[in-house]
Amino acid sequence: MITFLELLANGISVGTVYALIALGFVIIFKATEVLNFAHASLLLVGGFIIAKLHASVGFWLALLIGIAGAALVGALIEFLVIRRANVASHSVLAIATIGIDIVLTTELTREIGADVLALGDPWRDQVLHLGAVSIAQTRVAALVVATVLITAFLLAFKYTNWGIAMRATAEDSETAALMGVRRGRVSMGAWAIAGALAAVAALFLCVFPTPGLDRSTTFAAMKAFPAAILGGLDSTTGALVGGLIIGVTEALMSGYQNDMVFLGRGIGDVAPFLVMIVILLIRPAGLFGTRELARV
Amino acid sequence: MDVHDPRPPEDSGLVVRDLAVSYGPVLALRGVSLNVPRGAIVTVLGGNGAGKSTLLRAVSGTLRFQRGGITAGEISFDRTRLSGAATSAVVAGGVVQVPEGRRVFARMTVEENLRAGALGARDRRSAAGARQDVLKLFPVLAERARQRAGLLSGGEQQMLAIGRALMARPRMLLLDEPTLGLAPMMAARIADTVREINAQGTTVLLVEQNAAMALSLASYAYVLEVGEVVLSGPAAELAESDEVRRRYLGIEDDPEIAPASATSVAAAPAERPVLARWSA
Ligand SMILES: Nc1ncnc2c1ncn2[C@@H]1O[C@H](COP(=O)(O)OP(=O)(O)OP(=O)(O)O)[C@@H](O)[C@H]1O
Ligand SMILES: [Mg+2]
Repeated sequence: MITFLELLANGISVGTVYALIALGFVIIFKATEVLNFAHASLLLVGGFIIAKLHASVGFWLALLIGIAGAALVGALIEFLVIRRANVASHSVLAIATIGIDIVLTTELTREIGADVLALGDPWRDQVLHLGAVSIAQTRVAALVVATVLITAFLLAFKYTNWGIAMRATAEDSETAALMGVRRGRVSMGAWAIAGALAAVAALFLCVFPTPGLDRSTTFAAMKAFPAAILGGLDSTTGALVGGLIIGVTEALMSGYQNDMVFLGRGIGDVAPFLVMIVILLIRPAGLFGTRELARV
Repeated sequence: MDVHDPRPPEDSGLVVRDLAVSYGPVLALRGVSLNVPRGAIVTVLGGNGAGKSTLLRAVSGTLRFQRGGITAGEISFDRTRLSGAATSAVVAGGVVQVPEGRRVFARMTVEENLRAGALGARDRRSAAGARQDVLKLFPVLAERARQRAGLLSGGEQQMLAIGRALMARPRMLLLDEPTLGLAPMMAARIADTVREINAQGTTVLLVEQNAAMALSLASYAYVLEVGEVVLSGPAAELAESDEVRRRYLGIEDDPEIAPASATSVAAAPAERPVLARWSA
């Protein structure tokens, strides 16, 4: 029972981090109808900046610069590629993002080399004991920070002019333009926010119990794709629920994999994709989505 | 063009001169010139595919959404050039369109739709005042404020679409078939509203297939056919014209309302027999 609670807590914590990534992925899709396959590399940019700077400027400033840097790279991708590409199909843009991803990831993994870079976070490997349940401080921090960010985002999405412009554009970009909404600004904002959220996610994917930022960090980030897809590509609620489902499934599967040897080792890593496939078989548009992936 | 306004026509209001628009190879408008003096209601009549919506898209700068573009001519409003301007600049300049088919944001609430209408306003701070005016004009929108716009009836959606456009406090309103698909009662209500909006000082360009309603509202009318202006004149005179009565008001025996077929636009012969009848 204690193991279960610990696994569940870890799963939820990691799930909120996946939700941060999936949320960015979803708002890019809503604003521009582009599937951003460069999302994991945005995350890597953020993590890399934090890892390189924390020793000289301190952790918090490094974190801020990392967030700003990833947001900037996101905005640049929108400004230089997405906005200029005058292509008929959004699938072509999705393929362009694969190209961007390859360029960024190759460059960054070459910089990282075989190293495992620490991010200099203040929580280190300290553990919080709640009764018999032990949970790493990093996990608590992840849960708190991700929850705050997600809540702030959803409130802004619901109540601010930015959120209204964003939703109007997502629903009918031509009519939104007739309201004077500038599509370029909306989509650049979406890319920048997605980058910023990815940088925060990078931090929590790389801290304890993970040894640090290394070339495998993008694989961890990839698990957010199934979160976004199973929740429904165009649904912010879906991104959150999807993130939690993936996080919890992965944690439980990894935690109990000794009891499930028949499924093979490393089931925790493939579980997110299995869950996604099962859900898509039942609901092709994802849990909360309105658009099927096939139509993208 | 006929002189229908004592002031020089270029002086103020909307001026469209020799406009040509194409969607790729499809030529949708050719040599269209028209003028909407400040404070007037002017209507553009025409059947399906005549190019009415294309004209409004050209004014609002949304042709690129349909992969179309202006190939010749010029559009200006109060001497400010609109052709080539971004849609946001057109809206900021006070020219706001209510698109065909209402196009309310169905997944957003009525209130949020109205807020969306104020996003590109010249003066965002005046949104509260604009909102009050809109709700006074359409009290039903206040009752339905928290409802999803997609759940409104057709007439209510049209009111929302107009109200949303008014949130930007436009100096000029472009209306694309606002009575399309509405019951006669509701169409009459919309017509009254258009008259009232105009009385409060907003210039109106009304695009319609419902010629009877449009001619009763407007002071001046243009008839568009296969991308060209084939007839224009004071609305009262047009309402008396045999051709208009027969073809657009459904008076006499010809039931055909929309003689212009969309496919003939691409071919665009310079001389068509149908034009000769107008040229008298
Ligand atoms: N997106 C588009 N791509 C290609 N051709 C188009 C497009 N939109 C309109 N057209 C063509 O341009 C011409 C004018 O169309 P438009 O929609 O302006 O007519 P309309 O007068 O508004 O008709 P309706 O009363 O049916 O709304 C038609 O021949 C139409 O086929
Ligand atoms: Mg039309």
